[in-house]
Amino acid sequence: MKKTLFISAAVILLLAFVGGAIFFGAEKAEQAGQRVDKNQSVLVREHSPTLGHADARVEIVEFIDPACGTCRHFYPLVKEMLAAHPDRIRLVLRYAPFHQNADYVVALVEAAGKQGKYWETLETLLAAQDDWVMNHAVQPEQVWRHVEGLGLDLAQLRSDMDAPEIARLIAQDLEDANTLKVTQTPEFFVNGKPLPSFGYEPLKKLVDETLASEYR
Amino acid sequence: MNDFQATQDRSWLFVFIAWLVASVSTLGALFLGEIMGYTPCVLCWYQRIGMFPLVLILAAGLFPFDRGVVRYALPLALAGWLLAVFHWAVASGLVPERATPCSQGVPCSVEQIGWFGFLTLPLLSVLAFSAIIALLLMTHFKASK
Repeated sequence: MKKTLFISAAVILLLAFVGGAIFFGAEKAEQAGQRVDKNQSVLVREHSPTLGHADARVEIVEFIDPACGTCRHFYPLVKEMLAAHPDRIRLVLRYAPFHQNADYVVALVEAAGKQGKYWETLETLLAAQDDWVMNHAVQPEQVWRHVEGLGLDLAQLRSDMDAPEIARLIAQDLEDANTLKVTQTPEFFVNGKPLPSFGYEPLKKLVDETLASEYR
Repeated sequence: MNDFQATQDRSWLFVFIAWLVASVSTLGALFLGEIMGYTPCVLCWYQRIGMFPLVLILAAGLFPFDRGVVRYALPLALAGWLLAVFHWAVASGLVPERATPCSQGVPCSVEQIGWFGFLTLPLLSVLAFSAIIALLLMTHFKASK
């Protein structure tokens, strides 16, 4: 009798939790979708770095924080998707530098872009992330030795980093992230659709579905 | 003998209800943190330390029923209660935020939830710990009479 009472109470509580989680997850995904529909114009800006063919019909928009460990793990996976479907998938990066001093690295990468080395610099830094992020904070002095080998004009890079347009670009991206309620990185949108739940599998599935419907 | 049995049953029920309160609080905290994505502040974490183990400790004391479980559960509940009262004081502005250990990360003075205009999370925590303490004390004193 007591055991039955205890077990039924435990089961009811767990079911309520799981049911609530499923309900809330569906609700959240739907709201995120509506938010993007309402704010399509803020998803991609003219200044946003883009990789892949301009005619690609599948566009992955990724809100990235160069100092975020999960972003580093996802980056090669996203590159793999692009490599598997060249000309069909395009990657657009938006910044959400939530980690302390992460905007320093964003500015550095953007400045490297002025010398035509945006993606090499970003990829090199992501690969070496463990070395310049400590306790979730960017250590600016640790960043530089990783970009030395890239053939950049470092003096030029340092002065370009302080350009007001880079600060504006970061502010704009943060504002757009706020509009779209992007609070964690990485956050992905595939042709304007948010992931139903976070993870590599959901991303892969959404990309495959979008590929299938765009290239029937 | 019957009297003894009735007292035992009532004590069991008190501990069971305390376990229910702890379980609902634990699942509620996990729901807010993991599903709804509210990052717990430092004080919330300390209160979780007081609340989460109660689910297992109280359940272990129910089968077979052991009144001694009160002795193991009460220190946790009291510690949690003190933290909850402190948190509630911080959130209602009675204690200034800078006097607390949570100046970094999520501030403890931010009220993320306010149901019916007064029911904030720290207050819910105070109520839950108070209920558990009351039930445990009732188990202890009623049963030893």
